[in-house]
Amino acid sequence: MTTQQGNRFFFNVDWITILLYVALCTIGFVNIYASIFNGTEANEFSFAAKYGKQLIYIITGLVLGFSILLLDAKFFSVFSPIVYGITMLLLIAVLLVGRKVAGNQAWIPLGSFRLQPSELAKFGTALLLARYVSTFNPKFRDVKSIFFAAVIVGIPLFLIMLQPDTGSALVFLSFMFPLYREGLSGYFLLIFLGMIVLFIADFLIPAQILIPLILAIGGLFIYQNRRKHKVMISSIIVTVIAVGYLFLVKVAYDKILEPHQRTRIEILLGLKTDPKGAGYNVIQSKIAIGSGQLTGRGFLEGTQTKYGYVPEQSTDFIFSTIGEEWGFAGCFTVIALYIFMLLRIINLAERQRSTFSRVYGYCVASILFFHVFINIGMTIGIIPVIGIPLPFISYGGSSLWSFTVLLFIFLKLDSNRMGFI
Amino acid sequence: MDNLFNRKYIIQGLFIVVALILLGTLFYIQVASDKYFLSAESNVLRKIYTFPARGVILDRNEKVLVQNEPVYDLMVIPNQVKEFDTLALINIIGIDMKRFKKSFNKATVQSRYQPSIFEKQLSVQIYAALSEQLSRFPGFFVQSRTVRYYPDSAAGHFFGYVKEVSKKDIELSNGYYRPGDYIGKAGVEKQYNDVLRGEKGIINMLYDARNVPKGSYAEGKFDTLAKSGERVVSSLDFRIQKLGEELLKNKVGSIVAIEPATGEILAFVSSPGYDPNLMVGRQQGNNYMDLINLDKNPNRVFTVRPIQGYYSPGSSFKPLDALIGLQEGVIDPNTTFNCPGYFMAGNHRVKCEHVDGNISLRKGLARSCNVYALYVFQKLLKQKKFKNERIAYDAWQQRVSKFGLGQKLGVDLPAERPGNLYTSDHYNKKYGNRWGNTTVISLGIGQGEMDATPLQMANIMAIIANRGYYVKPHLIKAIGEKKVIKKEYAIKNYVGVDSRHFEPVIDGMQDAVNAPWGTARQSAIDNILMCGKTGTVQNPRGKNHSVFIGFAPRDNPKIAIAVIVENAGYGSTYAAPIASYIAEKYLKDSIAVNKRASVEWMKKQVILPVPKKPKPKLKPIQVDSLKKDSAHKALTPPVKLLPSPAHVPAPAPVKTGINTVKPITPTK
Repeated sequence: MTTQQGNRFFFNVDWITILLYVALCTIGFVNIYASIFNGTEANEFSFAAKYGKQLIYIITGLVLGFSILLLDAKFFSVFSPIVYGITMLLLIAVLLVGRKVAGNQAWIPLGSFRLQPSELAKFGTALLLARYVSTFNPKFRDVKSIFFAAVIVGIPLFLIMLQPDTGSALVFLSFMFPLYREGLSGYFLLIFLGMIVLFIADFLIPAQILIPLILAIGGLFIYQNRRKHKVMISSIIVTVIAVGYLFLVKVAYDKILEPHQRTRIEILLGLKTDPKGAGYNVIQSKIAIGSGQLTGRGFLEGTQTKYGYVPEQSTDFIFSTIGEEWGFAGCFTVIALYIFMLLRIINLAERQRSTFSRVYGYCVASILFFHVFINIGMTIGIIPVIGIPLPFISYGGSSLWSFTVLLFIFLKLDSNRMGFI
Repeated sequence: MDNLFNRKYIIQGLFIVVALILLGTLFYIQVASDKYFLSAESNVLRKIYTFPARGVILDRNEKVLVQNEPVYDLMVIPNQVKEFDTLALINIIGIDMKRFKKSFNKATVQSRYQPSIFEKQLSVQIYAALSEQLSRFPGFFVQSRTVRYYPDSAAGHFFGYVKEVSKKDIELSNGYYRPGDYIGKAGVEKQYNDVLRGEKGIINMLYDARNVPKGSYAEGKFDTLAKSGERVVSSLDFRIQKLGEELLKNKVGSIVAIEPATGEILAFVSSPGYDPNLMVGRQQGNNYMDLINLDKNPNRVFTVRPIQGYYSPGSSFKPLDALIGLQEGVIDPNTTFNCPGYFMAGNHRVKCEHVDGNISLRKGLARSCNVYALYVFQKLLKQKKFKNERIAYDAWQQRVSKFGLGQKLGVDLPAERPGNLYTSDHYNKKYGNRWGNTTVISLGIGQGEMDATPLQMANIMAIIANRGYYVKPHLIKAIGEKKVIKKEYAIKNYVGVDSRHFEPVIDGMQDAVNAPWGTARQSAIDNILMCGKTGTVQNPRGKNHSVFIGFAPRDNPKIAIAVIVENAGYGSTYAAPIASYIAEKYLKDSIAVNKRASVEWMKKQVILPVPKKPKPKLKPIQVDSLKKDSAHKALTPPVKLLPSPAHVPAPAPVKTGINTVKPITPTK
């Protein structure tokens, strides 16, 4: 009877994803151990050390994950507005009572534990977005549905910006992928891409060249389509907006971004070098990763890791430990595991009968993708330093648990794909 | 499934593309480029150096000429410095606050984490006082190394000196040298630097990001011990080296003595000289500036005259005329020429000091007859087998250059100069093809457009002493414990004159010193047959130079010598006696009692260039210290000496009249 009961709960659960999850958590634990190891003392295992704590987080995370599998699948859909509401309240609360750590007011102290509401807001938002899409079945062809979706994503994004935690806020842009899947025009993605390209071009090309260049290209389009009025008009609009955007970026860059954020961007674009200051993390991280070469220096053999050359190495820069001690082979394995997991989640999402589950699945994949891409990109210096963790691997209870909850809710929904929600 | 299903592939494709971008970047920084690997090494690795003792230099009798003395460099690691009593420190090491701040800033700029030299070469006494209190000065420590000490305070030009490396030295050293290291910069210290310097010892230590040492790298697998420099044995005989320096004291000139059979240089005197110990230690820079200051030392102390000074060989060239004449067959030992007291070259007269009537080879050399030498030279250039005199000139020039004139002999010292001996091209450019033996006639008596270094002159004597060959002259005869001798020093360079032709010439040179009618009769040595030739070399900028070249003994010669005393007049008055004292000291180990007074007299003579505008009160006083030469402020060096490019940033010398053909006055 008990086994049958167990079978009922874990029946249909996608064990492959769980296996990938466990593999990534294990890699995280091993590398946190290595990044704490200082090369001389033979460490006695200690639960007070970071790796000990991480082990506790992993075990409690698994307990948390499997408890989620025990819940009723309908729960998430039904309670999604409430979960969303609670996380938004927490985001407001953190601004009022939160503790400032490294310039960001992101944490609510709860005894010895610190709660990071921005982590919770990710799955709160994912749940409500899925609920919205599944309930109203919008195709995002009309302004109204796009507006509603933008409000759902925009509120947490705005609140997190106020902390200010730009990195976490940017993660909310990843909700564009599920919306795209549900019908949002591909132009939105292209416009988004165009904004990034223009943003970078704005720094690398002087305005007196860039603006005439855009006008020339725009003019060419307008001239070519002078008989097709509709296209011509949109070409004019795009050109005007592009130029306006450039001016806006200039103003926003100077007025809105913090000086350290500006420095990070300038360092990334190669406009500034500052090996002792803001550039130090990235340079040291690149050195550590690069020194791993093909097969790495071996476990606990990384000199940059052992001797503390990379700051924040167990948290945001954990990938540098992997790069140094396991080399390109290790990096390849980790990235392959992530890609395998992401593609798997998308495939699982597509086999759902319920729209809610599918949208939620896309949200999970997109959030994970965004974290992985930004985090690894930052450690190898192709993306500005944005302090967001590497899912399942970086040290930290808050992030590990929220990714676990995020993933296991989807696994629960997936195991229940035959039922109705 | 709706048509939006396809968007799945776009999203998945995007994931894969991004993953490939990440992997591509990773591949570049991890596998394709080793830049980051090297940076990682330099992050954690610190090399700690131990300094070897520089090689010892001995003379040919194994007397130690250079030894090493310990000195102590005060080092500092700026980021380990905590608050301390600066006043106490600067009092102990004897510097002022300004210098303290300057040194500290310099060290900080060099590296905050790595040790830099704070104050170099503290003496043993300062070190003793400092080491008791060193614990009061956190971040400072003392590193010992050795510096040179030259116990005899002599032969500065031979040794050269050792100095802190320049940026260029560091670049050229392939990573061996680091700022603060020392390198030989002149003389033997430079020439044999690679042998003398030894190898630094390296300990590879690992350091963490806070600069805390974490033990040795790879269990010390790549660590090395310091290896002392090799011991080198020089060919100098310091007995005659010192005698030579004393004899030339307060004079300007050179002495070069060579052992003919081996090419080993026995004495290498350049005057004015300097105490090599001045170029060691904390005062090196100041002393150097003093030595190159032409107001204090007007005669270019750093010019290495034996290999850089240019002199017309003058009469000392005459043996070559005879040798080449004999080899070419234009004369035989009995050929006589009539000397009426002058020689007509075209329409100008070359005077001779004496009227000897018919004169042959032996007497011609002994009496230094210009007419005899010029007849031979003219005959050589008028030989029928050559189409014209210009071709004959080239044949003559070829033969002369075989004796080492007009080219570097390749002595083992830096900055040797080649001298001058032109080919016919030079004259063709100057005169077209309208020139012949009369144009260049002065070459026949070693004047005109011909310059030789004292080393080349001594080498010519070695050739005559060897009856036809020379071994490349050199100053270092053996390297290392195994006494390795360079292969090139076993090669005999033949000059293309048969050995049988040498005896008649040597007869003449023997008479020059030993016969009653010889030019250097006063310089004969008891029981030793010295052969030689005096020269009185014209000098358009002052008094004639006194020159003597010779060798001794006649059979199985042991020493060949060239002495030049600038502005000293006749060869027989200064150069010849000096050469005979040196030869006697070398061959007998002591100078005959009856000559000792003359030796002392010679040492006391002051023959320095005459000022252009003599001040009325100035009289030739006997001065011991070179520094007192500053009395002769207005002096211009009268010799056409080119400054050694390494040492003397003085303006290029003025072209003197020597390089043009001019009326010839007699030489003796």
